[in-house]
Amino acid sequence: MKRRSILKSAAAAVALSAMAAGSAWAENPTLKIGFVGVTSGPAAAWGISNQRSMEARAAWINETGGYTIGDTTYDIEIVSFDDQKDPKRAIAGMEKMAQEGIHYVVGPNVDDGAAAVRPVAEANGIMYFPYAFPKELYTAPASNAVLGMVANYQSGPAIYKHLMENEGVKTVAFIAANESDPLSQRDGGVAAAEALGLEVVSSNVTYQVDTTDFTPVLTPVLRTQPDLLVLSGVSPANAPQLIRSARELGYQGLISTETAQDAQVLQEGAGDLANGFISVGGASTPELASDAMREFVQRYTDMFGEYNDESNTKVYALEYILETLKADPAGIDNVDVFKATMDTFEAPNPYMVGDAKLRYVGDSSFGQKRQVAVPLVVNVFQDGTFETLFVAEVD
Amino acid sequence: MEQILANGVYLGAQYAMIALGLTLIFALMNVLNFAHGQMYVLGGFVTYTFYGQLGFPFVSGLVMSCVTLFILGALIERFLFAPVIKRSSREESTMLLAAGLAFFFDAVILLVFGEKQRGVPKIVNGVFNWDFRLIMPYDRILICVLAILSIASFILFMQYSKTGRALRALAQDRTAAQLMGVNVDRYSMIGFALGAMLAGLVGGLLVTITGVNLGMGGPTSIKAFMMVMIGGAGVISGAIWGGIILGFMEAFGLAYLAQYGDITYLLIFVSLMIFLAIRPQGLMGKPWG
Repeated sequence: MKRRSILKSAAAAVALSAMAAGSAWAENPTLKIGFVGVTSGPAAAWGISNQRSMEARAAWINETGGYTIGDTTYDIEIVSFDDQKDPKRAIAGMEKMAQEGIHYVVGPNVDDGAAAVRPVAEANGIMYFPYAFPKELYTAPASNAVLGMVANYQSGPAIYKHLMENEGVKTVAFIAANESDPLSQRDGGVAAAEALGLEVVSSNVTYQVDTTDFTPVLTPVLRTQPDLLVLSGVSPANAPQLIRSARELGYQGLISTETAQDAQVLQEGAGDLANGFISVGGASTPELASDAMREFVQRYTDMFGEYNDESNTKVYALEYILETLKADPAGIDNVDVFKATMDTFEAPNPYMVGDAKLRYVGDSSFGQKRQVAVPLVVNVFQDGTFETLFVAEVD
Repeated sequence: MEQILANGVYLGAQYAMIALGLTLIFALMNVLNFAHGQMYVLGGFVTYTFYGQLGFPFVSGLVMSCVTLFILGALIERFLFAPVIKRSSREESTMLLAAGLAFFFDAVILLVFGEKQRGVPKIVNGVFNWDFRLIMPYDRILICVLAILSIASFILFMQYSKTGRALRALAQDRTAAQLMGVNVDRYSMIGFALGAMLAGLVGGLLVTITGVNLGMGGPTSIKAFMMVMIGGAGVISGAIWGGIILGFMEAFGLAYLAQYGDITYLLIFVSLMIFLAIRPQGLMGKPWG
């Protein structure tokens, strides 16, 4: 009898705790935000920094009670899909988002993936925030894509101009992987360099994406003895190998890229040979970072073990989505409302000191506001860390 | 020209080592090991962990890569390939198993080592520079020499040791070897483990030059298959020739064709198709297998 009572009490306790837990879960409805991008393979670092930024920020929001949009406070759930840098997989990922009723997706990370998902996004009323640069995605009649970072045709001219004025650069050589992103970035870079009056001494050497030994690839490029070697669209996995091979072949000029890189990967792969390497950094510096940015970095590091400087940029997409929805809650199920809100949207930027604002830009590049405003931070690698070379603003 | 020849020797030596393990496993068990590239990556990550992360000497990292992959190879053969081969006479069963293993290793590597490119400190500093006609970092020269020594040691082992003779007998005629008293199950396991160990060894050697990342496995397997097809499947000398030929084709192609864009591998694939149409068994293989 006593045993039966204990069992009954235990069953009641379990039932009660389950109900309590159920009511706790039911406290906030969930707002799902999608991510479709590359989280495996040589370019994985680009997508992983997206996914982890979103997950770290969502966990932070949920831990502090949720995010209030209109009269409702939501818990944020991140639904992720690894497109493996394959456009077919990216389409499948965007279709999965549509099936789950998600209207706001971050990614894809590369040009062909971002172009491939456009019909799916437009047909299913999805706004997506790619990290890819083709202007057609952001120029009318396209209207569902919002560029999540600074494009290479915006950062490239700024870097070349800085190096011409400060380092006396006169000649430049480009090398790119043989795939759509790096090739289009190379073409954009060549056009920008020529427009600035630089002499392009080599631009047709390309390499296979899976190349691991770059010495034979770089040998003909370095024979042209450029003042500046641009690694167009280089992935974080390939950058240290290219830099190392170039330096070991005796190249003493400047090396730069318009893609974001990872300091630890550079240090491990190229060590001191990477000193002086110029790249576009995450959209923050110690001088620009607010307390919120420092807390985000700490939370991200606690959650995943190590931080990626690129996440200083990647943290913004989710913030822009949520803040724009907050500005007009009707946008939650209606992206047309979201689009209309974008034109006049402005909110305090929590990740920067001073009175910086979150706002959409892109009028000069795309003819409409289809780009998030983040600072252009250009870094130089020195002894294992990135140092700020200069900061600029787009649009 | 000196630079191109040096690049060819270096690439050829590393490619030959990659192909050796693959062809050994094929010769012994008729298994196309699609997970060979992933084993190479795993070997690289083991050396990265011991040498790059934990600070052990490079040689001990290399030994750990060999030991880890040898044990892993033995377990895979004993518990996965041997039962499948016994139960199914269809060759695609082992091919599917190997492909599944490749995906499994990719997932494990992602979980354990992460998605990032990893590298280790240089084992030797400095660059050999002969009047800018031939530039070769000392660590590449060292790795090239170690690769050539490893290949030579492997050939001597296969030629003169009792285990090597048993493995060769097994490769030539499994039934005859069994009738002559060779313990087929045991030597199949040792052979597979040796093949995996070679993948681990070359992964450990090359992590000092190329670094290692999760995505390297698939392309490495494809290159290894190309070398084996050029040289002849299941023939040790064929794998070595296949590696050397591919290395030199790549070095010459990248030097002379770079100005026309990335057509080196396009031409290599076209050449391979024409070559296989004329000689499907490869350079050293026999038409009857």
